[in-house]
Amino acid sequence: MNLLPALRTALRALRRNKLRSALAMLGIVIAVAAVVATVSLGQGARAKVASQMASLGSNLLMVVPGSMSTRGAATGAGATQTLVLDDARAIERELSGVVAAVAPVNRASAQVIYGDANWFTQVMGSTAAYLQVRGWSLSLGDPFGREEEAAGAKVCILGQTVREKLFGDANPVGEGIRVKHVPCKVVAVLAPKGQGSQGQDQDDIILMPWSTLVRRIQGSQADTVGTLMIEAGSSSLVADAQRQVTSLLRQRHRLGDQAEPDFQIRNLAEIQSSANEQTATLSLLLGSVALISLLVGAIGIANVMLVSVTERTREIGIRMAVGARGRDVLVQFLTEAVVLAALGGLVGLALGAGVSWVMAVKANWPTLLSPGVMVGTVLLAGLAGVVAGFYPALRASRLDPIDALRYE
Amino acid sequence: MASSSPAGAAVGFPVVRALAIEKVYRMGDVSVHALNGVTLDLAPGEFAAIMGASGSGKSTFMNVVGCLDRPTRGTYLLDGEDVGKLSRDALARARGRAIGFVFQGFNLLPRTSALENVELPMLYQGVQTKERHARAAEALARVGLGDRLDHTPAQLSGGQQQRVAVARALVNRPKLLLADEPTGNLDSQTSIEMMNIFQALNDEGLTVLLVTHEPDIAEHARRIVTFKDGHILSDVPVAKRRLARAFAEASP
Repeated sequence: MNLLPALRTALRALRRNKLRSALAMLGIVIAVAAVVATVSLGQGARAKVASQMASLGSNLLMVVPGSMSTRGAATGAGATQTLVLDDARAIERELSGVVAAVAPVNRASAQVIYGDANWFTQVMGSTAAYLQVRGWSLSLGDPFGREEEAAGAKVCILGQTVREKLFGDANPVGEGIRVKHVPCKVVAVLAPKGQGSQGQDQDDIILMPWSTLVRRIQGSQADTVGTLMIEAGSSSLVADAQRQVTSLLRQRHRLGDQAEPDFQIRNLAEIQSSANEQTATLSLLLGSVALISLLVGAIGIANVMLVSVTERTREIGIRMAVGARGRDVLVQFLTEAVVLAALGGLVGLALGAGVSWVMAVKANWPTLLSPGVMVGTVLLAGLAGVVAGFYPALRASRLDPIDALRYE
Repeated sequence: MASSSPAGAAVGFPVVRALAIEKVYRMGDVSVHALNGVTLDLAPGEFAAIMGASGSGKSTFMNVVGCLDRPTRGTYLLDGEDVGKLSRDALARARGRAIGFVFQGFNLLPRTSALENVELPMLYQGVQTKERHARAAEALARVGLGDRLDHTPAQLSGGQQQRVAVARALVNRPKLLLADEPTGNLDSQTSIEMMNIFQALNDEGLTVLLVTHEPDIAEHARRIVTFKDGHILSDVPVAKRRLARAFAEASP
């Protein structure tokens, strides 16, 4: 029997028992929906991590002050003030072979005011190198340069959110705002970046020269730096740069060979791979649950097919009497099982895609549905149908035509 | 075996040649001899009726002749081909190609149109869709159901259902029409109409083997073979053959 008539026969048989077919499919539907939703979530999370890493800047190393132990009680990372502006200058000067740019970063929170609008936001004090290191770009205006940094010029660059809160749609470049009590001229606007990894608004930010923030707004004469952001010359130089920065800082901080470092260097590749690992573990867990439900769905189909074969013994006898070979009967029932499973797979795919869409829109979770996954899951469901349908179909094909014709 | 060929039938190699067929069923420790060495030839164009009480072995013989079952011993040539030793699948092929079945219980697929029921045997011979439709419609027209193509068995009377079954049996142009108690579920008027169809087909040269326990139905054949206890008891030509056409036309 050819495939097309077999398909038509299968569809007719399934239509004849709509409720039973639907219930038999249900297991596969749920399993495939679970697989699709899970995988799309996993892939979405992975893609988001990757894009966040890219938005953090490529080949990035972050140096933060280390923890300090006072009589056995450790403080957290960053609690000490061991990094200074000179460390940044030294790295820039001495490690130019492996390091492309160094940006010292200090942060503060401040009220910003323009006219009768005001907003409370994060202020980052750094150098123009910060834009390069983070891979950020400007949508309006020009960045501040070395002279402004040296002079502590009262200039700033606005994030999109701050710009909207203070200026609406108007062009802020050249306007003056007040940051805390200090008047600042807006020289540029950052390109929008959207949400960060924890859902924070990456555009709710103001960037200004390091000296402006520390000297004028915080009124501090200290050279202490919160974070050093370093861009390695290339991705192959990241490990080299990390090693050389470590040894330079140990030397500058006069640490003995055995001493604990008073700083930490974080490599973004490591952060990324650990994030990916978490995603992979979660996907594996959910994926195995989904596979188990696929197995349960397959058992459901096998059960329904066995009932169907028994019920249609006489039909099988008739078919054999008019010339159907065992093979033909096998193909017929196998086709039915596969159609059942594949239909379940398609419905499950639609359901899973719907669930992942709802998660994306309502819960704001990142989801990503690749065509490969869609085709793969439906094929997997079809395979489950083959496995589930084989034994019932084999039983049907081995019926004795005389007994089958006499079956009541 | 010219002696067993009735006058008027074309003589050629027998459509059915059964030689010393034995069939033994094992039921637990007991062996039941359903057929005890049956030898029978059926020439092309013959119309034979098999009679016998239940348990006489006539159904078992039908199953062997119909390639639904294989003999325990003996040789069975269907249209010259030794099918006694064929595999299940090869037997199914031979069955689909050379034999058309008509059963007592009609055995149509329920909830399936007459047309599709008649198409069924061609499905397993790899006939293309278009030709399938055409041949099925033609076969149904031939049994007088040209206007009932889309009716399901439930929408047809018993006689009409049996005519669909006859159309299905004919559609692969078989060598042998095998009818197992075809009138068992029909009233006498419809039974005679059915015999009319069989006689018309036989007149066109189709070989017919009819199993029945009703003597007046058997008398529509040219030859009556009587079974008893797994043997052929008698094998005689019908002296005064009933012609269904005359009767069918005479009745209201």
